Amino acid sequence: MIKKKINGMRRSPMALGIVLFAGLLAVGTGYTAVNAAVSPKGQAVHTAEEIALGKKLFLSNCSSCHGKNAEGTANAPSLIGVGEASVDFQVSTGRMPGAASGPQLEVKPVQFNEEQIAAMAAYIGSLADGPGIPDAAYLQANGDPNIGGELFRINCAMCHNAGGAGGALTEGKYAPNLMKSSAKTIYEAMVTGPQNMPVFNDANITPEEKNDIITYLTYLQNNRSVGGEELGNLGPVVEGLLAWLGLLGLIVAITVWLGAKSN
Amino acid sequence: MSEDSKDLVKQVDSRYSEHEYETGLRVIHEDAVKDPGLEPHRVRMTDQSVKHEKNAVRQVTLLFVVSMLGSAFALYSYFAFPIVLGDMNSVRLNTLFLGLGITFGLFGIGVGAVHWAKTLMPDNEVSEERHLTRGSDEKRAAAIEIINLANQESGFSRRKLIRRTLYGALALFPLPGLIIFGDLGPSVNDKLRHTAWRPGTRLARDPNGRPIKASDVTIGSVYHVVPEGLMPGEHGYLEEKAKAAVLLVRVDPSELIETEERASWSYQGIVAYSKICTHVGCPVALYEQHTHHLLCPCHQSTFDLVDGCKVVFGPATRALPQLPITVDAEGYLIAQSDFHEPVGPSFWDRSVK
Repeated sequence: MIKKKINGMRRSPMALGIVLFAGLLAVGTGYTAVNAAVSPKGQAVHTAEEIALGKKLFLSNCSSCHGKNAEGTANAPSLIGVGEASVDFQVSTGRMPGAASGPQLEVKPVQFNEEQIAAMAAYIGSLADGPGIPDAAYLQANGDPNIGGELFRINCAMCHNAGGAGGALTEGKYAPNLMKSSAKTIYEAMVTGPQNMPVFNDANITPEEKNDIITYLTYLQNNRSVGGEELGNLGPVVEGLLAWLGLLGLIVAITVWLGAKSN
Repeated sequence: MSEDSKDLVKQVDSRYSEHEYETGLRVIHEDAVKDPGLEPHRVRMTDQSVKHEKNAVRQVTLLFVVSMLGSAFALYSYFAFPIVLGDMNSVRLNTLFLGLGITFGLFGIGVGAVHWAKTLMPDNEVSEERHLTRGSDEKRAAAIEIINLANQESGFSRRKLIRRTLYGALALFPLPGLIIFGDLGPSVNDKLRHTAWRPGTRLARDPNGRPIKASDVTIGSVYHVVPEGLMPGEHGYLEEKAKAAVLLVRVDPSELIETEERASWSYQGIVAYSKICTHVGCPVALYEQHTHHLLCPCHQSTFDLVDGCKVVFGPATRALPQLPITVDAEGYLIAQSDFHEPVGPSFWDRSVK
């Protein structure tokens, strides 16, 4: 379509501008492609209407905390450069818009439909480059769960628990349970580092390896533990509580019965 | 102690023993609960009505039948739910049903036997009085006589030279055993003071060993790092990894608080710290991006990553050791040297150079 336009306006004074624009676009996307390791990839092309809708939604729902130009305020960080993936993660899990300030934003019922979320993501993405919406090819959970499991244990399990059950951090913060997380949110969390989670960019864990991690987590989500009841995979606290209160209580009850006289 | 309470002690004591003895420091409670004696015998329902007796017989029989069924089910489960190689779920089913069957098999016998004894067997109370451990005066006198005789005949008290050399021999003989304990296992030497990091060793990702470029580490990123070339399967891999494991983080350089000595240890906001907790050696790897706190999952020691990984909470007493890093000509992160202090928890002689 662009080519057709160029042919039609060859002698037009706008031609120079268009050529310049196309050149800049090519250099820009080329640079982005070359730099795919550190900067976003797969930034989708958005129409002006979508971005305008996103801006409108942003102004009415987000700007009171994040500032009219997403530049951030004392209450909330700047969103310039956080990328579409960040918006999609925060809004599609219901964490944003936040209900109240606290140690950590909670998962809540989602406030917007997919179209609106995509529009807001497009608006934030149009402000500055950032991690884009993940490529569906890496969300198929068709990787190697063994590699994924090893990467998960090294990079994620210290906070999220080896079984993905989540765990406590400092001062009321916590790493959430991953047993209901979708492949897309897992991927987006890794590339954007929401809240206090660190960033695992594509240079650290490649998209293929991210797919392996998603494969591992999907396996855990779909397969019950073969070792019996997991007790929430929370480890020695829950297991100890059950052993001390539950099983010891049973032993005490049996002992009382043994010693009691029959009537 | 007043005269009255002394009398009371005598009264109490005479009730419990036929021997005279000093009460010593024993506390005598004047308002102690009186021994209620034996409960009156209560006649069981099974001894009073034939109906209850027959019920009890049926219950015991039922419990033994439950046991038989449980054991039979365990036998059936062994063949009906075999362990299939490669199918972990089959292990689960096999364990579950076999275990349930055996449980009922044993539980039925145990509960049935106890129920039988409690409801149908004779229930006459039998009480046996305790007796003191003190022997009779004749026995005590005989024992003392034997000891005196042995002393007399052996001359243990009389022959001082023999007695003292025997003491000496007994004191010395365990010593050779004690010193050879020191030879159990290889010497630690200075293994606890050095890690696999050498000047110029590239920082590599755990577990795949790919080296890390400084440009790959964006702000807020966390890398779990091992020295390049340290690969699984090599001799001593786990021992070396356990000492050399490093956490690599990039923060905004303006946020870093660095001493003059350590200003050159970081690279454009990229800092590398030992991942081994200085408390008892757990891997400290719970990093909070915005508070810059590193949390140890074992005992909640918390380290401030931007302030030299100083302890801000918890039982650890020393900051995590920092690995001095820089970049090589190709832009890969390398170590300037080994850690400048031993990593991990304290040990004997740690401060001795």
